[in-house]
Amino acid sequence: MNAALLPLLIALPLGTAAFLVLGRFPRALERTLFLLPSGGLLAVSTVLLWRVRDGTVLAHNVALWPGGVAIPLVVDAFSALMLCATALLILLCSVFAITVGDDHASYFVPLVLVMAAGVAGALMTADLFNMFVFIEVMLLPSYGLLTMLGSRRRIRAGRVYVALNLLTSTIFMAGVALVYGSAGTVNLASLAGAARESAAVAVGVGVVVLALWVKAAVVPVHGWLARTYTGTSVAVTALFSGLHTKVAIYAIYRLYAVAFDGDTRFLWIGVLAFSLTMAIGVLGAVGETTTRSILVFHMISQIGYILLGVALFTELGLMAGIFYLVHNMFVKASLFLSTGAVEHTYGTDSLDRLGGIARREPLLAMVFLVGALSLAGLPPFSGFIAKVTLVAAALEAQQWAAAAIAVVVSVITLMSMMKIWSGAFWGTPPKDEPEDARDEDAGGAGTGTEGGLAVLAPPRVRPILLLPALVLALLTLALGLGGQILLGLSAQAATHLLDPSTYVEAVLR
Amino acid sequence: MTLSITIGVLVTGAVFLMLQRGMVRITFGFILLGHAANLVLMSSGGTYLRAQPLLGYTNAEDASDPLPQAFVLTAIVITFSITIYMLTLAATGRDDDTEDVS
Repeated sequence: MNAALLPLLIALPLGTAAFLVLGRFPRALERTLFLLPSGGLLAVSTVLLWRVRDGTVLAHNVALWPGGVAIPLVVDAFSALMLCATALLILLCSVFAITVGDDHASYFVPLVLVMAAGVAGALMTADLFNMFVFIEVMLLPSYGLLTMLGSRRRIRAGRVYVALNLLTSTIFMAGVALVYGSAGTVNLASLAGAARESAAVAVGVGVVVLALWVKAAVVPVHGWLARTYTGTSVAVTALFSGLHTKVAIYAIYRLYAVAFDGDTRFLWIGVLAFSLTMAIGVLGAVGETTTRSILVFHMISQIGYILLGVALFTELGLMAGIFYLVHNMFVKASLFLSTGAVEHTYGTDSLDRLGGIARREPLLAMVFLVGALSLAGLPPFSGFIAKVTLVAAALEAQQWAAAAIAVVVSVITLMSMMKIWSGAFWGTPPKDEPEDARDEDAGGAGTGTEGGLAVLAPPRVRPILLLPALVLALLTLALGLGGQILLGLSAQAATHLLDPSTYVEAVLR
Repeated sequence: MTLSITIGVLVTGAVFLMLQRGMVRITFGFILLGHAANLVLMSSGGTYLRAQPLLGYTNAEDASDPLPQAFVLTAIVITFSITIYMLTLAATGRDDDTEDVS
């Protein structure tokens, strides 16, 4: 694939979105135009990943302006991997959203597509200001998505979310200004190693990284995540969990590797903060009583794990972090979507009001269990490989405390997953539900009329609703059994981060 | 110097307003903060260069740096649209101005 086609990854979803806002189209056409670009993105990024698997770096200066002036789009193994993973998540979450009817909300489809374009842009760009713009392109539709679907709390959640993101975007922008003022460029390749040599540039890039920390929900600036992600619809939560914080994590990896050139002076800050993130995130989940809020707190904890890789900044550490990042995107979305299927079918995600789902829905229970065990890091799932490599990397870098925290937090994660399991899936259904309606045979369509009141057994989860979570669960199993493929790609990505010279040359060429 | 004092005053006002209760005041705080950030961007190009950045009309040595101006233009558009959205959020849903007052 030619590097000149890279802008298509942004133009395709953006163009489709622009077409879709022109008027109201038949539902079938709208859904086709929803799934086609998402599938196209996945196909193109898979081809890209195949192209760059051996360490090639594809770079294109948009509109063929000379290097240093142009806005460069770059794809190396790391960004191709991220493009692939995000495209898959967008496709699967779109299927889920269509199944539950989220796409009936006006402009739902264009908003998701614009978000997809922003994500692709933010992953490919090698220009700090352009990264700011693409992160905004990704965030602006998410403001709409967050506030138009979900429970009544969504407006309040939206206020927090918009205010927080505008604040961090402003800080990001000020950081870009400081970088431009001190280094005279915002091209990432021209900035290579600049933050290591000059304290002024380090402050500027540091401000940018600080803004990204907030967006990635690292302790102590994680509070907003649990407040906002629980208020919206399930598909949107799953989508956000796979895209927003993960793009910020990607940017932190990239900026620290290129601009700071992996400066060892500041790594201790990362090790400290990310270890705290692991512990505080998982402890926050202990007191929660709905599946989604538990999962959201675990997200914070997992972000600590992923970022620990960049804080170690060894080859093994970076590789483990990138593997963990991809694994976590799949597993987290799988968990959100499988518990979301419960939420949509049974009308609640509160553990007090659920129970006995494992007997009614064996497949759904299986899918959840796979995700939960993978998240906790048990073999044979991808979580095991991710955690073992990360702990090994921490031990290798002699970060004993971080390694110990990572192991202990896994156990607490497992406990928390068991809480969801025993609360929602095991046991007996809560008492206020009609007992007889549930015990009827599957054939006897659960309706019984008692005293004039039609008592309906809750409907079964539709198979199509389960499909996205199932695909992701199978993927985590596959990555657990055949982890070598993803480990190889992560290692390739890690070498580019350890030694960004190939990346820099490709951009400035 | 004038610029840094102005930025300082704007940020002070922004922080004061953002710590207030009520979405409208917070939005006003963001407007001030956005202006402050735009001024930081402008200052990054060096404010001593004032001539138009047009080759053929002005000396390249006197011409101001057009890049920060382009940055600010983009940033203004983004901040403006989000500010409008925040105001609609302030108008929708419950009035949070008196929410926690007991």
